[in-house]
Amino acid sequence: MKDLTYLTADTADSAVELFAATPGAQFLGGGTNLIDHLKLGVATPDALVDISRIPLDRVEEYQDAIGSGLRIGSNVRNSDLAAHPVVRASFPAVSRALLAGASGQIRNQATTGGNLLQRTRCVYFQDVTTPCNKREPGTGCSALEGYGRHNAVLGASDACVATHPSDLAVALAALDASVVVLGPEGERRIALDDLHRLPDDDPSIDTILEPGELITSVELPRTAVAAQSTYRKVRDRASFAFALVSVAAALQVEGGRVSDVRIAWGGVAHKPWRARRAEDWLRGRAITEQTIRAAVAEELTAARTNAQSVYKVPMLTNTTTLALLRLAEEVAQ
Amino acid sequence: MDMHLTLTVDGEEHSLDVDTRTTLLDTLREHLGVTSPKKGCDHGQCGSCTVLLDGRRHLTCLSLAVAHEGASVETASGLATDGLHPVQQAFLEHDGYQCGYCTPGQVCSAVGMLREATEGHPSHVTADLIGEVDLDDDEIRERMSGNLCRCGAYVGILDALRECASQ
Amino acid sequence: MTEQVARPVKIRTIGRRTDRADGVEKVTGRATYAVEHGVDDGVVDPLHLWLVQSTVAKGRVSAVRAEAALSHPGVVAVIDHTNAPRLHDTDNRELAILQDDRVGFRGQIVALVLAETLEAARQGAALVEVDQEVDPHEVELTEHNATYRPETVNPDMDTDTDEGDVDAAFAQADVVVDHTYRTPYEHNNPLEAHATTAWWESDGGDERLTMFDSTQGVHGVAQSLAPMLGLAPGQIRVRAPYVGGGFGSKGEAHAHVMAAVLAARTTEGRPVKLAVTRQQMFALTGYRTATISHIRLGASADGRLDAIEHIVQEQTSTIREFAEQTASPTRMMYAAPNRRTRHRLARLDVAVPSWMRAPGEMPGMFAQEVAMDELAVSCGVDPILLRELNEPDTDPETGLPFNNRRLVDCLRHGAERFGWAARNREPRATRDGEWWVGTGVASATYPANRMPGNAARVRSLGDGRYAVAIASVDIGTGARTVLSQIAADALDVEPSAIDLEVADTRLPAATVAGGSSGTSSWGTAIVAAAQRFRKDHGDSAEPGLETTATPADDPAEERLSFHSFGAVFAEARVNHWTGEIRVPRLFGVYSVGRVINPMTARSQFLGGLVMGLSAGLFEDSYRDPRLGHVVTQDLATYHVAAHADVLDVDAEWLEESDDTFTPMGSRGIGEIGIVGTAAAVANATFHATGTRVRSLPITVDDFSGADGI
Repeated sequence: MKDLTYLTADTADSAVELFAATPGAQFLGGGTNLIDHLKLGVATPDALVDISRIPLDRVEEYQDAIGSGLRIGSNVRNSDLAAHPVVRASFPAVSRALLAGASGQIRNQATTGGNLLQRTRCVYFQDVTTPCNKREPGTGCSALEGYGRHNAVLGASDACVATHPSDLAVALAALDASVVVLGPEGERRIALDDLHRLPDDDPSIDTILEPGELITSVELPRTAVAAQSTYRKVRDRASFAFALVSVAAALQVEGGRVSDVRIAWGGVAHKPWRARRAEDWLRGRAITEQTIRAAVAEELTAARTNAQSVYKVPMLTNTTTLALLRLAEEVAQ
Repeated sequence: MDMHLTLTVDGEEHSLDVDTRTTLLDTLREHLGVTSPKKGCDHGQCGSCTVLLDGRRHLTCLSLAVAHEGASVETASGLATDGLHPVQQAFLEHDGYQCGYCTPGQVCSAVGMLREATEGHPSHVTADLIGEVDLDDDEIRERMSGNLCRCGAYVGILDALRECASQ
Repeated sequence: MTEQVARPVKIRTIGRRTDRADGVEKVTGRATYAVEHGVDDGVVDPLHLWLVQSTVAKGRVSAVRAEAALSHPGVVAVIDHTNAPRLHDTDNRELAILQDDRVGFRGQIVALVLAETLEAARQGAALVEVDQEVDPHEVELTEHNATYRPETVNPDMDTDTDEGDVDAAFAQADVVVDHTYRTPYEHNNPLEAHATTAWWESDGGDERLTMFDSTQGVHGVAQSLAPMLGLAPGQIRVRAPYVGGGFGSKGEAHAHVMAAVLAARTTEGRPVKLAVTRQQMFALTGYRTATISHIRLGASADGRLDAIEHIVQEQTSTIREFAEQTASPTRMMYAAPNRRTRHRLARLDVAVPSWMRAPGEMPGMFAQEVAMDELAVSCGVDPILLRELNEPDTDPETGLPFNNRRLVDCLRHGAERFGWAARNREPRATRDGEWWVGTGVASATYPANRMPGNAARVRSLGDGRYAVAIASVDIGTGARTVLSQIAADALDVEPSAIDLEVADTRLPAATVAGGSSGTSSWGTAIVAAAQRFRKDHGDSAEPGLETTATPADDPAEERLSFHSFGAVFAEARVNHWTGEIRVPRLFGVYSVGRVINPMTARSQFLGGLVMGLSAGLFEDSYRDPRLGHVVTQDLATYHVAAHADVLDVDAEWLEESDDTFTPMGSRGIGEIGIVGTAAAVANATFHATGTRVRSLPITVDDFSGADGI
């Protein structure tokens, strides 16, 4: 760990200013991923701008021209967000996703913004003695033909097969959330689905955020379908493990036909994978095991696997089928 | 670079200069001689370093000390200032430990976990997100899963915490 | 030293629950482990040490450039092979670090950084530039490696055995099971990382090395280091008052111990503290070799074994041999007139494998007990009945009578408690909602070991109190507690009248806390010393009178075969949709002689079962064949069982006493809980799903079919 200058910001504006004025700076939130990376040598900032004391720690209802929803401050801790009564009642997939992630302690520390910006747990990315295009562009991808159990099967490139590890991001992607971002040029909104990018030939960049931009909040639009949502995560241990695959799903059925459906996948791509082709295929159809499988197959035609990751295709299909069938049962009740 | 830091640990106030790189865990262990929180993995993957930070269970290995200016830390040692905490007593009674290395973290985590349940926080295994929390065996296991025990004392830990949860 | 035959003790406290002697220290965190000692223990103004590791699997260090590291504030020294203190003996190439430029595996120690703070040490290590010449390497264990036949396998067993005409027997067998079973690299991963505090003192030319080490045996550390350092063992003092688990990996000193000692040699007396990082442990502190077991079982149609063959391929390292005794349980477990076992090793450019809980028995019994389940299915025989049918009258390997073989009692008692009779033998026949449900059973065994080389001291303190001293280490087993119980009964006093001193090489010698031998070895020494003390000093000895004694050899050891036995039952559930695996019930029954403390013993059995479950479902160190090292090198990517994975786990034992083996009537209990457990889980997942998995760990992707599992 290099010598570090430690700076604190009291407001989002001052954080952005401090960052711009400090060469080699990085924002520090809950620290659960960044401190890890400082020790491993994966992150080597010269300075940290601590944003954890900025009072972006509230969950508020908002109402604007488009509709209503929840505005979640980027410093709201994962455990507090998961336990928030409105989130539990109206956005169960968000609570479920958070509760399926990490451990009680880490959820107490990790922030909403930090959770979205955490980096891949690819074993090579975390080991500075190995080639990794994400950590050190141009060195090659060790995972492509190495330890591949967690590799991406959708949207990957020959430069990188890393998966994004956040559970929360998958649920937010399914529910059409957006992030509010403050940067030197001012504020902008980014749909969660657009926040993370695919690796293409430059996997070192995870998101479309510009350097120095800070997530200040997440906006979660209130919709009828969000209230009928769930999150199903498959992992090796029963708890405290990253997803092999995960599914965020939301479903509305009218007259026996799907009127609205949302599907997003975790553990399969460099970003939360919103399965829009599958959603389109299902809309207007009856929800049965057959239709779900057919819809998922539509989405997975683009899947690319190797011997170690090939299991993800049937696992994703089966888990999505299970999640939607269970939601259909709940909706029917 | 060094920065000044004040920290209350187990009721005692400390004022010291620390390297900005020093974690809260290393500050406690190497600078204040407080070795009750243990270093098991140093990367937030085992829970051995758990303390109660301003009342909530917290991994000290994943925190820079300077980011916690003015914080109050309670360790397993501090929980026993006036005799053993009921959780510690229950660990003894049910043999919820063997080598003892993960134990102070388990104890702090358990105290924090019981508070979270009292506050109505749901968990991954809570069937009804909106209902009351009933701290049954599956709930305790899930909520304690951030604390690994390689000796495999989970059965005793569960027995201990089942008793604490019912009191 | 006085030799004394240890006679059976009058049982009073032995067998009773006695609270752990160190419980309060542990639940408060006030117990001090190897790098937690301060000024009061002589650790004044310590320096911190960080290891620099090779990043090639084979080659040479051509240059170590330390300038950048040395200019980092707080860095005191960088030590490499050009300036490290020289050792007197470099035969043990695992321990003889920094003596030459050779690199034998990726992750080998190639330099050391000493600094005033941990932060400076870590950054100093990152700034050391190591130039390496690379040679081609071979690191992957496959069936195609060139192998050799080691002279013996651990601890000192025949490499191969042959009885009867195996090939003819297979030719005539009604039923043949012929499969390959694999176990992966596993890492012990005690929660306390391997750690050492060391300092040198010179007292009028007499050099002394003092250490706190996280070890399973203080004398073993001193004995292995002394000749290498040109010291007499008495010049080294090693203490280990608290050790945060070991599971075999702390059974002997690894390279990091020498790193701390060599670094401390350069500091003019300042203590050096080294805690190996979790990531470094995956290269430096031992692991269980992966194994490939080819097993053939030949039987009559009704399941009577006529031939057993177990051909093992495993690996060792180029820098030091370690030969896991994987086929050893196959030699004594079941009756069969024709038997062949083989061990072959591939010598790879990898870190040195070492001891891990039930070395040999754990991987070997996984293979054999899954094969037995396959035979039961092939013959249509209940798996418990199959094992009963193949009970030997005498030890098939040695021909000696078993001292106390109660495998069948364990199986039957377990079957009753587990509800085995209600089992539908058909696989893939039970579904509960999303879950396929099955049950499985496996046998367990572990040799009863008692080591020579132990002694104990008993001293009268007056008022009916006694100081009992032996250098044994309590790594969490409860040794402190049970040795007090043994001393109490041997002296016929209450445990509260015993002041037990342990874990210091200044005390009478003790062998390692390993091989399930600790309590048997140390307890017998304590009994011998106590009985000799009474003989020498009577029942009301004056304060200060003392006796040190070592137990005399026991001729019974030559005449009988001593093993413990057990039976493990598992229920497994496999999710139809996701392939997720849960083990709602895991139950072990053991025959281990007399249990000295039912509370700590139960914890040992449960701990073994949990580790066996963990091996069954999670543990897998993935060695990247291109790079040479284990890339799943932390606790997020090398999974061990978490709390949520451990559901209803329980253990019982048969009431018995083995007075022939130890004067307490006990045998060891530390390893047997892990033996057979992964096989029971594997057999249960087969019964649940109809899919046979022959390779550990069993994971979700083993059950991932197109339309559910």
